[in-house]
Amino acid sequence: MEQALSPEKKSFLKSQPLVVSVFVAAFIVYPFLVSDYFIDIAFFFGIYALLGLSLNIVLGEVGLFDLGHAGFYAIGAYTTAILNTKFGIPILVLIPISALAAALFAYIVFSPVIHLQGDYLLIVTLGMGEIIRQALINNPFDLTGGPNGVFGIDFPKIGEYFVCDSSIEYYFLIWAIVGLSIVGLKSLQNSRIGRAWNYIREDEVAANANGIDSRSYKLLAFVLGAGLAGIAGNVYACKLMVVSPESFTFWESCLMFCIVLIGGMGSIPGVLIGAAFISLFPEIFRPFAMYRMLIFGSAMILMMMFRPGGAWPRKRGAVAFRSLLEGTGRTDA
Amino acid sequence: MQVILEQIINGLTIGSFYALIALGYTMVYGVLKLINFAHGDFFTFGSYLGYTVLVFAAAFLTIHFGLWGAILVAVIAAAISIALIGVVVERLAYRPVYRAGRLPVVVSALGTSIFLQNAIMMIWGPRFQAYPSELIPNAKLMLGGIQVSLLQVIILVMSFLLMGTLYFIVQKTTFGAAIRATAHDRSTASLMGININKVIFFVFTLGPALGALTGVMVGMYYRQISFTMGWNYGLKAFTASVLGGIGNIPGAMVGGLILGVLEMLGAAYISAAWKDVFVFIILILVLIFRPTGILGEKVAEKV
Repeated sequence: MEQALSPEKKSFLKSQPLVVSVFVAAFIVYPFLVSDYFIDIAFFFGIYALLGLSLNIVLGEVGLFDLGHAGFYAIGAYTTAILNTKFGIPILVLIPISALAAALFAYIVFSPVIHLQGDYLLIVTLGMGEIIRQALINNPFDLTGGPNGVFGIDFPKIGEYFVCDSSIEYYFLIWAIVGLSIVGLKSLQNSRIGRAWNYIREDEVAANANGIDSRSYKLLAFVLGAGLAGIAGNVYACKLMVVSPESFTFWESCLMFCIVLIGGMGSIPGVLIGAAFISLFPEIFRPFAMYRMLIFGSAMILMMMFRPGGAWPRKRGAVAFRSLLEGTGRTDA
Repeated sequence: MQVILEQIINGLTIGSFYALIALGYTMVYGVLKLINFAHGDFFTFGSYLGYTVLVFAAAFLTIHFGLWGAILVAVIAAAISIALIGVVVERLAYRPVYRAGRLPVVVSALGTSIFLQNAIMMIWGPRFQAYPSELIPNAKLMLGGIQVSLLQVIILVMSFLLMGTLYFIVQKTTFGAAIRATAHDRSTASLMGININKVIFFVFTLGPALGALTGVMVGMYYRQISFTMGWNYGLKAFTASVLGGIGNIPGAMVGGLILGVLEMLGAAYISAAWKDVFVFIILILVLIFRPTGILGEKVAEKV
């Protein structure tokens, strides 16, 4: 019966356990083989992977355009920074608190606008991201430190026994979170909620007609996505020890959008590929100095020409997925 | 009262910048349902080209055409070059991706934006560039007790003329009807014998040309240009086009002007630092109560 409900072939983990375990092993061994510089690159790959996964819930699973995701990331980072520097609350305790703060914000802000369609929702998310960034710059109640941001954020630590203060420890911290998120999101994809999300993405009217409360499910996606982005903000803040508004610009939101689309909407391996592209590409092409961003821009265009569905599109619903790409069904046929 | 009127005139000036840029967004959106993220960079590129013309050819041009002639040449040169770039970008970066649908083109547009922005940075360098101030008229006029600069008057007259012309083309001519028909329903329009490629060509020359022209005006108004300014103006202009109802050409004009005036009034009466927050809050409120913008039509979702 379960098989009939989810027509997806066996998951990648079950069909290719060897490949997956080789990958996991490579991730564990990697930091012991390379210098701190390369570990840090892999750390930021992890941050982008987590951000990509969080946006993938909203954009990939439900098909809601969100170009303000950096705002949630910022809320997570600033919650951590402020509560840690002002009240001395430990970083690890702040992980769930940052997630909750971002999620709560998403809930309050998106409740009144969740009925907006397509590009109108996009502009609201975009405006929201800008409002958050401007508010951080303007230093309300002397909390956010204005354009300079908040600095002096503590290391994550458990008592005095374990202090996370080296590149390698941060690397394991972020990838442990990414790993846990992947496991969670994977099971969410095959759950009732995941199927409802995909149904809304493919045809919201039909989903509503079949008794799916699309409003709550869309809000749920925003809340979960924001929470995950908040966690990414927490780890980012404690790694850099300083947060400032320029880390959370519209440009960051655009990069997250690209991660999901370059990888393949709704596909978890795709998000990892997209995040790798966004974070590693500029590093690999560093020798080309000035030209690397030109190459980067061209590569994005070429990717979309040759693999418009993304590098690793999701298998299930591949046919229906095309219908989404062809627009909302109003004009493009 | 005087302050309000002066702020409204300032607001109308930057509002007309937003409106002219927003026209480029809304025309492309209307025809292709594509948010052209590279449009802000067309604007920047135009601004830099105008700067180059004014800096390097000013001596020659002012002798032959006079000061106004030189400015006009700069504006026209920027508009024509950017129109060409617009067509090239459409052919190389967007056309091959259309068939794949809406979202891949967004990534392609973002890629184009990165490309153009960095190309501008490589050509002109990462630092601010200043428009030559000796070439810019700085006379002040008194209109019924309100002080306005001559440049503002010229900018306003020019923008309103351009918007009027575009409004006439789109609303009154046969070709304008073709554009509106394409924006309304592309496949039906093409079945009715409208040459879609011609319409696409038109929006991708006129949109970037208007953007470039605005770029030169912004350069003259603020004197200073930077290679990243396209993002900021693009964001505001896109917001303006959504405020007016995206895809709707008069909507973009109205949206741009309203946004500019709101921004200036917000800066004067609320707080200069919070003016953008104010603008976006207004935008969100408008969308809550009129989900398709001020002039947008309600389109029933097909089932």
